Amino acid sequence: MSLIKIAPVNMPGIAFRAVILGLCGLMPLIAPLVGEPYWVDIFIRVMIWAIAAISLDLILGYGGMVSFGHAMFFGIGGYTIGIMSYYDNFNGFIQWPLALVLSAVIATVVGAICMRARGLYFIMITLAFAQMIYFLGVSAEEFGSDDGLTIYGRSEFEVAGLSLDLADSLVFYYVVFFFLLLVLWFVHRLVNSRFGMVIRGIKSNEGRMAAIGFNPFRYKLVCFVIAGVIGGLAGVLMANAEKFISPDMMHWTKSGELIFMVVLGGMGTVFGPVAGAMIFLFLSEILSNITENWHLIFGPFLVLVVLFARHGIDGLFWRWFRGQGGPHA
Amino acid sequence: MDFVLLAEQALNGIQLGILLFLLAAGLTLVLGIMDFVNLAHGSFYMLGAFLFATFFNWTGSFMMGFLLGLPATLLLGMLTEVICLRTLYQRDHLDQVLATFGLILFFNQLVQVIWPLDGVAVPMPAVLDGSVRLGFGIEYPIYRIVIIGCGLAIALGLYLLVVRTRLGMLIRAGASNRTMAGALGVDIKLLFSCVFGLGAALAGFAGMLITPIISATSGMGEQILILALVVIVIGGIGSIRGAFIAALIAGLIDTMGRSFLDVFLLVFLPPNAAEAAGPALSSMLIYILMAGILFFRPQGLFPQQRR
Repeated sequence: MSLIKIAPVNMPGIAFRAVILGLCGLMPLIAPLVGEPYWVDIFIRVMIWAIAAISLDLILGYGGMVSFGHAMFFGIGGYTIGIMSYYDNFNGFIQWPLALVLSAVIATVVGAICMRARGLYFIMITLAFAQMIYFLGVSAEEFGSDDGLTIYGRSEFEVAGLSLDLADSLVFYYVVFFFLLLVLWFVHRLVNSRFGMVIRGIKSNEGRMAAIGFNPFRYKLVCFVIAGVIGGLAGVLMANAEKFISPDMMHWTKSGELIFMVVLGGMGTVFGPVAGAMIFLFLSEILSNITENWHLIFGPFLVLVVLFARHGIDGLFWRWFRGQGGPHA
Repeated sequence: MDFVLLAEQALNGIQLGILLFLLAAGLTLVLGIMDFVNLAHGSFYMLGAFLFATFFNWTGSFMMGFLLGLPATLLLGMLTEVICLRTLYQRDHLDQVLATFGLILFFNQLVQVIWPLDGVAVPMPAVLDGSVRLGFGIEYPIYRIVIIGCGLAIALGLYLLVVRTRLGMLIRAGASNRTMAGALGVDIKLLFSCVFGLGAALAGFAGMLITPIISATSGMGEQILILALVVIVIGGIGSIRGAFIAALIAGLIDTMGRSFLDVFLLVFLPPNAAEAAGPALSSMLIYILMAGILFFRPQGLFPQQRR
C-alpha cells in the first residue's frame, strides 16, 4: 500500500464533459453538416438553461438550500431587458448591468427573509416569492400581462465604433457559449475556494460551522445572491434569445424543471447541471416529436430518475469509474 | 363599498377558504404523519372533478356522481401511494417534490388523453340553482352555501374522526411518533395508505364541489395546490386546526383583496397608482402574508409538537 494518495483521474467523466462542451462549441458547424439547422437554437436553449441550472446547483447541491423559486431570476433578468427595450433603450451596457444588479438586490432581500425558514418551509417560502414575482408579471398590463412582450431587437454593445452584433445569430451563439464557460469556470473556482468549503461545511453541519466561528447566515446569503445574479444572467440571455418575455418564463413549473436538471445531472457537481439541462431538453424535444402526449412518458421518467438514479449522470460515471478500480470514497 | 357587496365577498372568501381547507387537510395529514410532500395532491382535485363529471354524465344523477366519484378517487389515491410513493417516505423532501412533480405532468396529460375535450362541465342541479335571501338585502347563490355547509360538515367530521375514533387515535399516534407507533403493533404501512387515500378523497371532493361552477380542466389542480401549500405552511404543518383557520384567512384575504384592495389603496395613493398597484398587489397578497408569517413565526401559526 502506498502512503501517497494520487488524486484519481476520472477518465470517462472527463471524456463525457469534453464531448458535451465540444458539442456546444461546435454545434453551429455540425448542425448545417447534418442538415438539422434548428439544432443550433436548441443548443442555445440548452446552454442558457444550463447556466441557470449551474447557479441553482450552487445553492441546492453545494449550499443545501432547496430553492423552489429559482425561475424568478429568469423573470427578473428577462423583464429588465424587455422593459428597457419597451422604452427604446437597447444599450446593453445599461441593460445587462441593471438586470444583474436588480437580481442581486432582489436575491438579497428574498434570501435574507428565506434564510429564517428551514427544510420544507424554505422550499415553500422560496416558492411564495417566486409566485409573487410571477403575479407581478401577470398583472403588469403595460407589459403585456399573460400574453407577454415582444422585444424588437437584441441588446446593443457599441464602444468607440466597435460593436458586438448580437443580432447575428452566430455571434449571439458564441456569446452564450462564452458565458457558459465563464460561469462554469467561476463556479468551479468558487466551490473550491475557502468560501466554497465554508458553504459545503454549512450544508453538512451548520451548527458545527457556527461553533468554529463562521456566520452561516452571511455565507448562505452571499451564496444565494451569487446564484441569483447568475440566474438573472440566464434570464438576460433568454430574453435576448427568444426576443420575447412573458410571465410563463418564471412559472413555478420552470423552477421545478430547473431542479430536475440539477438532480438529473448530479447535485453538487459543477458540470452535472449542464449534462442535466442537455438531457432534459433533448428528451423533451425528442418525445414531443414522437407523440403529442409526451408528458405521459416524461412524467414517469422523472419519477424513475428520482427512484433509481439518485446521483444523476455524474454519479453514474463515478460509479462506473469506481467499478474499474477507481477510488472507493 | 357598500355593506351588501362586502358581505357577499366575505361569503365568497369563506367559500374559497372551505375548498382550500378540503385540499389542505389531506395535504397536512400526509405531511404531518408521513413527512411527505405531495405536489400531486392537486391532481386528485382534478381527477375528482373529472370522475364526478363522467359519472354524472353516465348516471344523470348528481348524487350518484358523488357516490361513485369519491370511492374512485380514494382508490386512485391509494393505488398511487402503493405503486410509486411508498418508497419515497424515507427520502428527503427534494426527492418527494421531484417525483410528485413528475406525477403532475403525467396526470395532467392522462386527463387530456382520456377526456380530449377542453373541459368537462356539469350543469347545476335545478334544486340548487338560484339564490336565497339572507336578510339585510344580501342574496347569495344556494350552491355556494351548500359548498360552505359541506365543508364545515367535513371539517367537523374530520375533527371527530381524529379526536374520537380509533383510526384517529392511530393517526395521532403515527403523527407524534411513527417508530413508536409501529413498535406498538400499528400497521404503519396500511395506516399511511388509508390516510393518503383519505387525503386524496378530500381533495377529490373539493374538485367535485367546484365542477358545477367552473368546469373540469386539465391543470386545474396546480393553482389551488399552491394556495393549499401556502395554507398549510401558514397554519403549521401537520395541524388540521391550523389548516382550517389558515384556509379561511387565506380565502378571505385573497377574495377581499381582489375586490377591495384598489379602493383601499385610493386612501393612500393617487388614483393612477392605485389602479395599477391594486391588481398586482391583490394577487400577491396571500404570498406576502405567508412570507410575513414565516418571517415572524418560522413554524407557522400552530406548530405541531414533535417528539
